[in-house]
Amino acid sequence: MVNFQPTEEQELIRDTVASFAREQIRPAAREADESGEVPDALVQQAWELGLVQSGIPEAFGGHGDSRSAVTGALVCEELGWGDLSVALHLLAPRLVAYPIAELGTEAQQRQVLPRYTGKAFNPGSAALMEPSIRFDIHELATTATRRNGDVILEGSKCYVPLGSEAEHLLVYARTADGLGAFIVPRETPGLKIVEREKNMGLRALATYDLSLANCRLPAAARLNGDLTPILNRSRTALAALAVGVARAAFEYARDYAKERRAFGVAIAQKQAIAFMLAEMAIEIDATRLLTWEAAWKIDRGEDATREACLAKNYAANMVLKVTDNALQVLGGHGYIREHPVELWLRNGRGFATFEGLVMI
Amino acid sequence: MIDFALSEEIENYRQLIHALAENTMRPISREYDEREHEKPREWLRMMWDVSQGSSVTFGGSSEKKDGKKDRAVDAKRDGHSERFLNSAVSIEELSWGDAGLYLSIPNPGLGGAAVAAAGTPEQRRRFLERFKGGEPKWGAMAITEPGCGSDSAAITTTAVRDGDQWVLNGTKIFCTSGLMAAQESEGFVVVWATVDKSAGRAGIKAFVVDHHTPGMTVTKVEDKLGIRASDTASIVFEDCRIPLDNILGSPEVKGATDGFKGVMATFDATRPIVAASAIGIGRAAVDFVREVLQREGVTIHYDAAPHKLTAVERDFMEMESNLQAARLLTWRAAWMMDQGMHNNLEASMAKAKAGLAVTQVTQKAVELLGPLGYSRKLLLEKWMRDAKINDIFEGTQQINVMIVARRILGYSSKELN
Repeated sequence: MVNFQPTEEQELIRDTVASFAREQIRPAAREADESGEVPDALVQQAWELGLVQSGIPEAFGGHGDSRSAVTGALVCEELGWGDLSVALHLLAPRLVAYPIAELGTEAQQRQVLPRYTGKAFNPGSAALMEPSIRFDIHELATTATRRNGDVILEGSKCYVPLGSEAEHLLVYARTADGLGAFIVPRETPGLKIVEREKNMGLRALATYDLSLANCRLPAAARLNGDLTPILNRSRTALAALAVGVARAAFEYARDYAKERRAFGVAIAQKQAIAFMLAEMAIEIDATRLLTWEAAWKIDRGEDATREACLAKNYAANMVLKVTDNALQVLGGHGYIREHPVELWLRNGRGFATFEGLVMI
Repeated sequence: MIDFALSEEIENYRQLIHALAENTMRPISREYDEREHEKPREWLRMMWDVSQGSSVTFGGSSEKKDGKKDRAVDAKRDGHSERFLNSAVSIEELSWGDAGLYLSIPNPGLGGAAVAAAGTPEQRRRFLERFKGGEPKWGAMAITEPGCGSDSAAITTTAVRDGDQWVLNGTKIFCTSGLMAAQESEGFVVVWATVDKSAGRAGIKAFVVDHHTPGMTVTKVEDKLGIRASDTASIVFEDCRIPLDNILGSPEVKGATDGFKGVMATFDATRPIVAASAIGIGRAAVDFVREVLQREGVTIHYDAAPHKLTAVERDFMEMESNLQAARLLTWRAAWMMDQGMHNNLEASMAKAKAGLAVTQVTQKAVELLGPLGYSRKLLLEKWMRDAKINDIFEGTQQINVMIVARRILGYSSKELN
């Protein structure tokens, strides 16, 4: 029966994350962007929220929550509202842990999952994107070839969050039978961290280029099963993060417009500005609902590829437009780094490009 | 919990209405678009008979014609009904069939909604009971005048008290189903008039004018771009006398403008319904384009890499997203009505998005289908013409965006206009 109300439990989770975002993440965002790093104290403090542990089964030290995509969307929106770089940092271990929780063999789960339910944050990640305009998830340039019972990975990856520190990387590669995912422990010979990236946005998030050259893994490193739901969870999570970033920008611009005066009135009282803000609000709400619908379908175990892709694309367009308009509302002041809107625009622009990077 | 699955009852009803739309509306759609001022009498009679047995009165009250509540839809499940959501879903189907024909269905209409919202129990009985039997009837609402539409507070039609009557004088235009309500059935027209021009909004009241009341004359039925099967009337009131108790709400001119507010509040209920109608038209276009693409062997690869997406795929995906975004905003606004939640912001968001989305979707559809899309051999060009009005009536795009702006900024109409 149609219902737009989250459960009480979901609201509690959302509100807890929202408080943390407001009180801890947001105040740290600008400094993190300028310095290029997320403060370790913040990361460890956030560990108490259980963002990674929640979705890992109790047998491996986690909370055993159902990994509901709807709940994940609610959480991602609040984290994205706080700061996108921080959000992706805090959630990075899910990139390797959650797919293994979903699809892994018991041996794989025993090997990996307990490493992400300890007393402190432990970096884990995934490598999906590739440094080419022809990057295509259906035809990855990174290959996985069977040889003598092992698998050899070859290729280049980029935008790998926490790549140099991650204890495990889930590396996506093209196999003889389509898209595959492989658990690659740190220090595996053939895996080389090339360099820390410098991007327009996500400056506080340590992302890496890495290369795989004759990187040999046992066959048991492959994560078997249908990866489609994993990809859809990622797309949905990105859409939710985008809603958060857009909402942050919209609220800031709205509040600014009510204070800033020109021609005798608050600029929010001028139609050009008021209409811009109203359209931003409509599109944020619309995107949120599309994202929830994709998440809901995932939770029902249905193929949500269409909905997740549509939501992600819609969100990417929306967040660019909203963050751009938010900057516009602040005029010249929006252009300087004293206000956060230019940061949100730099981050917002990335969504059209981002694939992977987050998991729910 | 968050849920997007229609209940079994609503889904069953939707399928019924869809069959009605496909089998009875689509076949006569082109004919009544071309023969603009003729009415499909048999079809209208059939729809009237169908509505007698249902709880969806296409805009009016939810009671079934036999007085019993419709268990399936009005039942207090978890304490709330699904009446408005059901209406939104059904009206989407009817408009998918033909938006003009949908508007021409005999029903209490916006006028009936005003009576339901602002009338006394006695008035509701007097004016709404008639829809529960007999010959087809129409209710209509007359607000717009030659000199004002969006600025409804500036209306100049007057209502002057004379003994035990109100005397109405003025001209109304763009009244949907005005001809049928005023002169072609035992219906009524709800007319907005001012009892005191100097009092502005506080002087505006709604008056029910019964069919064939002397002094009420339909002077014109418009030739339109679209929704041609719906009669859009100009009505002149000249010394039109109605009983004193035909006023909806209090006749007093107070600071608190209850009559005006009460009737304005009906828009919170009707905006999602108009949005739903817009979505039906948009879906007709999207469904058709999808069929043609499939037939021509064009596949939409939702998860294709950006550099591999064709222009057609991109456009089609954008159409689908826009339509679904509009639909979910509309469902949310309808759901809020069902929950008894104040939904002024959400209703205007839904209407603003739907009006814009369906205009874009239908225009893009015509473009995508090239020579076919432009031709009158297909209904696609008609849907584009039908779509446009949804961005205008029941609050233009700009007015709805204005309402959203006021709500999100916390401004009154004086502070932002």
